[in-house]
Amino acid sequence: MATFQLEFVSPEKLLLSRPVEMAVIPAAEGEMGILPGHAPMIVALRGGVISVRENGQETEKLFVAAGFAEITPGRVTILAEEATPVAQLSRADAEARIAACEKALAEAQDAAPEKREAAMARLLSARAMLEAAQAA
Amino acid sequence: MPSLKSLRNRINSVKSTRKITQAMKMVAAAKLRRAQSRAEAARPYAERMERMLASLGAAVAGQPDAPRLLVGTGSDQVHLLVVVSGDRGLAGPFNTNIGRFARLRIRELEAQGKTVKLLTLGRKGAAFLKREFASRFVGEISYANKKAIGFEDAAEVAAQITAMLERGEFDVCSLLYNRFKSVITQTPSEQKLIPAAVPETEEDSLAGPQALYEYEPSEEEILASLLPQNLAVQIYRALLETTAGFFGSQMTAMDNATRNAGEMINKLTLNYNRTRQANITKELIEIISGAEAV
Repeated sequence: MATFQLEFVSPEKLLLSRPVEMAVIPAAEGEMGILPGHAPMIVALRGGVISVRENGQETEKLFVAAGFAEITPGRVTILAEEATPVAQLSRADAEARIAACEKALAEAQDAAPEKREAAMARLLSARAMLEAAQAA
Repeated sequence: MPSLKSLRNRINSVKSTRKITQAMKMVAAAKLRRAQSRAEAARPYAERMERMLASLGAAVAGQPDAPRLLVGTGSDQVHLLVVVSGDRGLAGPFNTNIGRFARLRIRELEAQGKTVKLLTLGRKGAAFLKREFASRFVGEISYANKKAIGFEDAAEVAAQITAMLERGEFDVCSLLYNRFKSVITQTPSEQKLIPAAVPETEEDSLAGPQALYEYEPSEEEILASLLPQNLAVQIYRALLETTAGFFGSQMTAMDNATRNAGEMINKLTLNYNRTRQANITKELIEIISGAEAV
């Protein structure tokens, strides 16, 4: 089956770079499945799970908190600030993060709308982390 | 002529100095290797980010409501200089070089009638610039008690800078740091952070000739979150290069120190042996002339 190059980078290192058949990414406006030859796009990611298919099987599941993806017909580049394999997520961590985000959101209540939105996005991302941890 | 005992003491003290500098050199070499590999590991992200920014910048450039991080405030009256230096000394001219470079830049800007604000990362640069420019400081951050600088440190600085921009506290922001050219050469250099220097789009074999991207959500929204991230990446890169350059410089400095100590020991040992020989000869002469007198 046709493949495309998937590159997964965090600021600290290159996490993954290899040809895959399909990747599903949590784009800001809904999940997106990407096959080789996809139209060029740049998308923002929300918190969620990226799954990768190779040789007809799902081989990797990674949780990202936020990031960006650049899609071209032959290559997909994902810029994520942090990525954790789903199996390594822990519920306690996710719950702690939700609590921290809820507090931040409460504090941002009177702040500028952009700030509130950013806090909200972080909270949603933390909730997605909990969901992923529970599913694993 | 110094006594034998004092010479012996000198030799011993120089020997222990040499031991210390030798050990420091080894440690610096090991840390340099680690810092270098971290700097290399961070490169792919910065490159990808640059590529995305290039295509986005081309799409948004020229619009009247383009984000401030990209186009600046339109004036260039108040300059914020972010000076990155090492946190420790004993690294040859490393910290002094960046300090001098910053001082030159500040004087140049002030001569043009601009206002300068300073933010220093690293203790040594702060100490150097405080002497002359204490009134320009808006902040100083030290990583002296941190084991390794992580991306979150850079993100914190970026957030601080973004907040200052939003409050309109400066117009132009640039980063001054020692660019890591090789283990033995680090050159102080300046990099514009705000307004962002958008890299030119270049031909890309996998993307095909000048791919036209679709954006989701809109260009502006993506750019609004990409730009602060880009700021953090630039700062992170400067911090990593400074760390690597610092250890490179320290290694060179300690190598020189070790060699100098060795030379000094040789000289002192020669002197010690001569003095000892002279003393023996003198004693012999005394005995012989005493015996002859009898």
